[in-house]
Amino acid sequence: MATAPKRSTRAKKPNASKEELIEFYREMLLIRRFEEKAGQLYGMGLIGGFCHLYIGQEAVVVGLEASTKDGDQRITTYRDHGHMLACGMDPKGVMAELTGRKDGLSKGKGGSMHMFSKEKEFYGGHGIVGANVPLGAGLAFANKYRGNDNVAFTYFGDGAANQGQVYETYNMAELWMLPVIFVIENNQYAMGTSTKRSTKSPSLYVRGEAYGIPGEQVDGMDVLAVKAAGQKAVDHCRAGKGPYILEVMTYRYRGHSMSDPAKYRTREEVQKVRDERDPINHVRDILLTGKHATEEDLKALDKEIKGIVNEAAQFAQDSPEPALEELYTDIYA
Amino acid sequence: MATNILMPALSPTMEEGTLAKWLVKEGDAVESGMILAEIETDKATMEFEAVDEGVLGKILVAEGTENVKVNEAIAVLLEDGEDASAVPAGGPAPTPVSAATAEPSAQPTPAAPPAAVATVTPEPDVPAGTRFKQQTVREALRDAMAEEMRRDGDVFLMGEEVAEYQGAYKISQGLLDEFGEKRVIDTPITEHGFAGIGVGAAFAGLRPIVEFMTFNFAMQAIDQIINSAAKTLYMSGGQMGSPIVFRGPNGAAARVGAQHSQDYAAWYAQIPGLKVIQPYSAADAKGLLKSAIRDNNPVICLENEILYGKSFEVPELDDFTVPLGKAKIWREGTDLTIVSFGIGMTYALEAAEALASEGISAEVVDLRSLRPMDTQTVINSVMKTNRCITVEEGWPVCSIGNHISAVLMQQAFDYLDAPVINLTGKDVPMPYAANLEKLALVTTAEVIEAAKAVTYR
Ligand SMILES: Cc1ncc(C[n+]2csc(CCOP(=O)(O)OP(=O)(O)O)c2C)c(N)n1
Ligand SMILES: [Mg+2]
Repeated sequence: MATAPKRSTRAKKPNASKEELIEFYREMLLIRRFEEKAGQLYGMGLIGGFCHLYIGQEAVVVGLEASTKDGDQRITTYRDHGHMLACGMDPKGVMAELTGRKDGLSKGKGGSMHMFSKEKEFYGGHGIVGANVPLGAGLAFANKYRGNDNVAFTYFGDGAANQGQVYETYNMAELWMLPVIFVIENNQYAMGTSTKRSTKSPSLYVRGEAYGIPGEQVDGMDVLAVKAAGQKAVDHCRAGKGPYILEVMTYRYRGHSMSDPAKYRTREEVQKVRDERDPINHVRDILLTGKHATEEDLKALDKEIKGIVNEAAQFAQDSPEPALEELYTDIYA
Repeated sequence: MATNILMPALSPTMEEGTLAKWLVKEGDAVESGMILAEIETDKATMEFEAVDEGVLGKILVAEGTENVKVNEAIAVLLEDGEDASAVPAGGPAPTPVSAATAEPSAQPTPAAPPAAVATVTPEPDVPAGTRFKQQTVREALRDAMAEEMRRDGDVFLMGEEVAEYQGAYKISQGLLDEFGEKRVIDTPITEHGFAGIGVGAAFAGLRPIVEFMTFNFAMQAIDQIINSAAKTLYMSGGQMGSPIVFRGPNGAAARVGAQHSQDYAAWYAQIPGLKVIQPYSAADAKGLLKSAIRDNNPVICLENEILYGKSFEVPELDDFTVPLGKAKIWREGTDLTIVSFGIGMTYALEAAEALASEGISAEVVDLRSLRPMDTQTVINSVMKTNRCITVEEGWPVCSIGNHISAVLMQQAFDYLDAPVINLTGKDVPMPYAANLEKLALVTTAEVIEAAKAVTYR
């Protein structure tokens, strides 16, 4: 049976090597710069429709990816750019999908919310809130069926956590001991609705208890804490002990999507998180105070990442629109 | 090097906006993430954040300026140490846009029908001498709900972001203020749950209006709509029904991809026990929604995001209603009948206008209600014109147009001089790419071509 859910706190001592710290820094910064660029291209009309940025939440996916191994799967919502970059998908292909071009990961047919990679075991990119949760358990079902020890990372939001199909899935996942980690990215808002206004049981990590699923709340602005919690959850799943819930406390700095007037929270609230809890600055401080890197090292890294992002943006603008015949391809296998 | 800060697009449908307020002044240091200005879009006032760092060299567009086009330079950003006096008047030369971006396909939002309003036949549902005011579909829907909520204390509105956020598409603007949180209720994201709660409340005699943020999300709730709302009156031998309205935007918006761009008109129109309306104009949106709220049956009100911002004449009457199940003739003609509804009317009316200039006289029928459907008005029209085409955005297989064709074949076969042509969206999921999305939707050019085909021109 499951252990009682609990909260874990901000890691006091880095549980990571210098190399790993620098890698975390690099990956989080890549996501941040990529998203800033995407926001800019949206403003120029080069990206259309919905575009949900991951800025502020970078530590969640970067920390969890640290415990994955080959064959592990991941699936998430429409807020998916960070997940794709963190699992090694090509920034150029992601950006070109955002601009709806031929070289995008879905040939321009999916857009910001719908990208996939068989190679990286990334199963999307889903627009219907809650719907990817049973899908993630289905990926885990396949692992169990095949008898491997892979784990399916299933990401969803605090708002999605209220959908009924999440609880249907919890029940079956524990009943059948499926190796799935339910990662609730609690950024405290579902569009304009704060968790306080959508539920009277705001601790989402305890919601698996009734089904026997252990859960844990993690500081999602601390990539090291996320890594530690992720490793524990992964060990649990790989050992055949069934699903695990991680409620990762995070924050989105930008609007829900590009057209969010953001009247539901104050500018000060956002600024306070940026100033005090920023996940990238957190690692930056550890790197500098631990003398793992100098200001110059980090500047050089920043420049390198800006280069990657600019190259992706240029690629995404130069790539042509998909051929008109593509309208009718890929409808049936 | 100095760069231009450009007017951003802040929503999927924005083409221009008002630069409401500058929050920085010339000479200020700019950091990425800093809020530079407040910009009013078609839907809301938004904050515009800086991406690049530097110093604000020059403001090119003063605050308060309206109709600033997306991508117009609004300020100049200097690199640290650069001198503002180096900036030529009007800012640096615009950065060249790559060939691919210059393609006109970026914003597929269809234009409002140009001269359509002028050729409208008078609204038969209003008394002579009625005054009209210009209103958007968005405002008309809001007024319909507000009027019915004032009239009947059992009417309430429930859905995601309908109260404090004022509606994801700003349809419920002001309703929370007027009616309070007892009657304007924000729900968690739990469509199946709150649709069922709505139906249960309707069983108990209340009159819920359930807003789906879009009808794509009503798929989560489809069981309660069909199995609970539509069938209970029948199953209870007439004892108990569900006077409920399910409403929200339906169909494609702009560039929101396969899971967010679906037209459910034909789906709902198939279900006995449901009534289905899909208004085009603001007046019909208001009049039909008011009737729907008063109706004792479950009514599906299919709206359209692109139409929300369009303005039409709405009668200034204390209690203007449009009966469910009655089509409207927008334009009289003699050579062919164009049958459409909802946003399809945009193409139908545009095409009729263009055809008129080529000497082809099209009669345009707006079904308005899809269930019950006023097929008699269509038949009467076809008996006069002998030709018919239908226009809708939904998929071609088992479409509304297919149904009209079958009705005409069975009831007006001898009057047809050409096979009926159904114009629909293409038989594909909606692609994201701008060029493909445009191709997936029905176009005015296709309507014109079909009109010429059935009239053998
Ligand atoms: C079934 C469904 N209902 C409503 C929506 C509209 N919608 C998109 S995102 C969203 C908020 C989700 O919030 P949360 O789960 O907290 O994720 P976050 O956006 O914060 O990452 C809503 C209501 C949707 N896409 N699908
Ligand atoms: Mg959230």
